[in-house]
Amino acid sequence: MNPIVTNLAYLLASVLFIFGLKGLTHPRTAVRGNRLGAFGMLIAIVVTLVDRNVMTYQWIIAGLALGTVIGAVMAVKIEMTAMPELVAVFNGFGGVASALVAGAELFRYAHGGTVEVPVTQFAIAAGASGLIGMVTFTGSMIAFIKLRGFAFSGNVKYPGDQVVKALFALACLALIVMIVGDPSGQYELYWYVMLVSAVLGVLVVIPIGGADMPVVITLLNSYSGLAAAATGFVLDNTVLIIAGSLVGASGIILTLIMCKAMNRSLNNVLFGTWGGDAMASVPGADEIYEGKIKATSAEEVAMMLDGLSSVIIVPGYGLAVAQAQHAVRDLANMLKANGTDVKYAIHPVAGRMPGHMNVLLAEADVPYDELVEMDLINPAFAQCDLAIVLGANDVVNPSAREDPTSPIAGMPILDVDYARTVVVIKRSLSPGFAGIPNPLFAKDNTLMFFGDAKQNMLDLIAAIKDA
Amino acid sequence: MELVLLLTIFILAIFVGFEIITKVPPTLHTPLMSGSNAISGISIIGALLAAGSQHNQVTTLLGFLAVFFATLNVVGGFMVTNRMLEMFKKKKG
Repeated sequence: MNPIVTNLAYLLASVLFIFGLKGLTHPRTAVRGNRLGAFGMLIAIVVTLVDRNVMTYQWIIAGLALGTVIGAVMAVKIEMTAMPELVAVFNGFGGVASALVAGAELFRYAHGGTVEVPVTQFAIAAGASGLIGMVTFTGSMIAFIKLRGFAFSGNVKYPGDQVVKALFALACLALIVMIVGDPSGQYELYWYVMLVSAVLGVLVVIPIGGADMPVVITLLNSYSGLAAAATGFVLDNTVLIIAGSLVGASGIILTLIMCKAMNRSLNNVLFGTWGGDAMASVPGADEIYEGKIKATSAEEVAMMLDGLSSVIIVPGYGLAVAQAQHAVRDLANMLKANGTDVKYAIHPVAGRMPGHMNVLLAEADVPYDELVEMDLINPAFAQCDLAIVLGANDVVNPSAREDPTSPIAGMPILDVDYARTVVVIKRSLSPGFAGIPNPLFAKDNTLMFFGDAKQNMLDLIAAIKDA
Repeated sequence: MELVLLLTIFILAIFVGFEIITKVPPTLHTPLMSGSNAISGISIIGALLAAGSQHNQVTTLLGFLAVFFATLNVVGGFMVTNRMLEMFKKKKG
């Protein structure tokens, strides 16, 4: 096909990607937006398949068929609660694909193939693609393992880990410099670039705790885009550059939003030593909780809920773990039928990825306009009769607001303690990811309703029905 | 294409990305991640060219693997995003 036609088709694909992302700015237009993006991808693929440089189709068909079947099965089967893991895995696959393409191009060039761009640019871009792509790949796999809870769920630290990481990064850069110096002679070093980068990806993600995974996934999301963009510089292909940089920008924005919501710098999340000195000043759990914890029961909460004018539900990761979203929806519907106003307060880092709670509640048919962002809902707590904290902990810890020496001081929180009464549904008094006690549990207006989030919801619903 | 031109496209696209993505509401951040993730599977284009180039076996093998991974990323990413967004769509508040 005429190269001009091909490039125009790629331009159309790029425009469709932009319209697709624009569609995601509102829930009403989002489905269409996503389909526009998929359509753009289809156009790009079809145009490439009829390219004059494609001589044989057997491997292409094999790869497309296998990838489609497995990808489709994963997309259909996955539980909504497991979405962070799935996104991490897909992310990693995108990264490794970019790295492999760059490797294939380098090999082809070294064996007499022609390239469209100056050789130095070609080699630098290939090296960048290999480095970023492989870090994305193995980093995502470790994030997946952590999120699934298979292993390394804490923050795995060892002495001198920063030095080790720096050495691997330097080794990788040195290899890339050697390739750039003589791409046709030294191309075989690329396999070492991939290997060293793969180890680097593991080393970077493994020390980061499970609760910081939202930041890791968004950052790796950004990297997978940058790897694709780098591959665009290898292939002299604008659609790769445009699509890659759109994704790169998206990931970075989400990363910064997550960091802000935790009041930590990106540097602190990636390389920081959580705890450390700041932990020394934390008062002991016994000191805070002793004699002040009031436990409650389903019957008592059911009575309190009768005839209230407003209730705010604060979901957290515990809701996802217990798969309690449907039970919560049922409770909310009962309250609404009684004339109570019910809203959900969503903290930006509730759950394990940005927007995790929103997806779970959407799955349970909770209308999206009942989910209110932190800044908008916070003033409402003071007028609220009852706040139900469901599997959230650090994001409702008043120490962040009141105790300047706390490790989480300054982190934006949901002001649930301003509600007239707070019911905290939690298995035990164990601390959240920050590892610090939560004075909220000991407040005069707080009642602890111990147990599994879902079971407690079901008991509560049964108690309301009996009353 | 000239390097400067490619860099221009790269930088301008980042600006476009920033402008659009900052307008995405937090409620759609998970679909945004999985959807943009699917878009980053665009390296499938390079993968197809490598797998079909018939230049040598190593290129073909790497190309095949890249086609497989990129397809997984693209198909899985768009499908799961669609599944999530349908849940947001079906009800009015």
